[in-house]
Amino acid sequence: MQTEPWTIITNSAADTRALAARLGRELAAARPEAGAVLALSGDLGAGKTTFVQGLACGLGIAAAITSPTFILVNRYRLPDGRRLHHADCYRLKDAPLEMWDIGLDDLLTGEDIVVIEWADRIPGLLPPDHLEVAFGYVDDARRSLTFAPHGAAWAASLARLQAAVAAGLAEMLDAPCH
Amino acid sequence: MQTANAARASLILAIETSCDETAAAVIEDGRRIRSNVVASQIELHRAYGGVFPELASRQHVFDIVPVIQRSLDEAGATWDDLTALAVTRGPGLAGSLLVGVNAAKALAWARGLPLVAVNHLEGHLYSNWLDRGGRIDPAALTRPSLPDLDAEGRAFPLLVLIVSGGHTELILMHGHGRYERLGATLDDAAGEAFDKVARLLGLAYPGGPAVQAAAEGGDPAAFDFPRGLTNAAIHPEHRFNFSFSGLKTAVLRQVRELGPAAPPIADLAASFQAAVVDVLVKKTADAARAYNVARVCVCGGVAANKALRAAVLHRLPVPASIPPFFLCTDNAAMIGAVAHYRLLTDGPTPLDFDVEPDLSLDAGS
Repeated sequence: MQTEPWTIITNSAADTRALAARLGRELAAARPEAGAVLALSGDLGAGKTTFVQGLACGLGIAAAITSPTFILVNRYRLPDGRRLHHADCYRLKDAPLEMWDIGLDDLLTGEDIVVIEWADRIPGLLPPDHLEVAFGYVDDARRSLTFAPHGAAWAASLARLQAAVAAGLAEMLDAPCH
Repeated sequence: MQTANAARASLILAIETSCDETAAAVIEDGRRIRSNVVASQIELHRAYGGVFPELASRQHVFDIVPVIQRSLDEAGATWDDLTALAVTRGPGLAGSLLVGVNAAKALAWARGLPLVAVNHLEGHLYSNWLDRGGRIDPAALTRPSLPDLDAEGRAFPLLVLIVSGGHTELILMHGHGRYERLGATLDDAAGEAFDKVARLLGLAYPGGPAVQAAAEGGDPAAFDFPRGLTNAAIHPEHRFNFSFSGLKTAVLRQVRELGPAAPPIADLAASFQAAVVDVLVKKTADAARAYNVARVCVCGGVAANKALRAAVLHRLPVPASIPPFFLCTDNAAMIGAVAHYRLLTDGPTPLDFDVEPDLSLDAGS
């Protein structure tokens, strides 16, 4: 089971989207009842929103994923009735207090999927079980994604994602999510 | 539409709490601003002996009652003078919306006043109908508020560009309350691109005014930044959609390429701003021609940008209207304007309505 951080370099935005879509399908299929929290960090332009677009597609969401920076949280309905909450701590002055104040802690303990951009600004709010994804800018096209699982469920999900990638990113790109 | 004449004088108290601002306004006959109070502009906190986090939705709870009272006082109106109440039901942050909606419902019930639930985006659009004293203000690049009919007796269709920190949308307005969404951003809103580029360039938040100031004296042609989704041959399905994420990344790339030594901030800011304005104006002009509209309205926070205002007033094929600066950002006056017209067409909203954080502006909204 994957418990150590795992780093992968994606060669394009389409790659990042495909990888995230695979993870989204994993969450929709293998963990249908449980909530899930993904904590994203990385500088502007590092691929966080691109990742969320892929994740949403993998979760079966058809709507366009637009940035939640201004409104703080966007939400989307999954085919199974759950929601994806897409939160963003970018513009907050006191992110832990303000995110707590708008009820993020309630979302984090529910059955929905919650993905948070700039999550490194709210370390104290994250539940024990979550997936950290750190994004790095390699060059114009390439990005590095470092996944760190917290909790057994995420360790298992990440192991399955790694196996899928080992079988070939190219195959994942055939999916309609890029 | 003989709105103001056909109806008895209307005096609407409107409440807006969709995002950061707690706001209330009193609007007469859908057009005349009797008062327009925004909490962030006044010092209410002293009365409560403390300072609260600026953005928190809880802040709305503290501010809502004093803001409403202030709006009545400044209007010189009493509860008995009001003919209706209005409130923003969405889109926005659920917790923030709830504060305004619950306050409005309680007041409507207690005072026996009709209540109109309003779409925030529709509010921005109706900011173009609010009275500006019939003057053209060259300094603010503002024309008079929209008349109900233009010189040819044609009021609609109108094309609306809503451009703010949270939204970038092209809306075709067939009549009061009748909308068709032609396109929207696929990723970042235009205002958000300003904020993020301001950060890349080491400028202040909010980014709109900071980038605009930095761009003064800069060369808008110094850097050839991408105009996202403007090649109709490649993106025919996105003719009226927007994408600003790639522009943000292009600026980032350019900044990295130039290295740490004194980047030409003015040129970068001016070139970025020119790219945003070009895309907004080009797509708006295309849509204005494609749908043979009578007029164009531009509204939302980014409509305060001077380069955009100048381009809108000079580069569009049809007459254009932009609200004055103080009506571009979130306010309750625009919600009162919508409510006036909505009461005439649909009547009040039954009090069992709920907030709608995901509300969009489409047919029938």
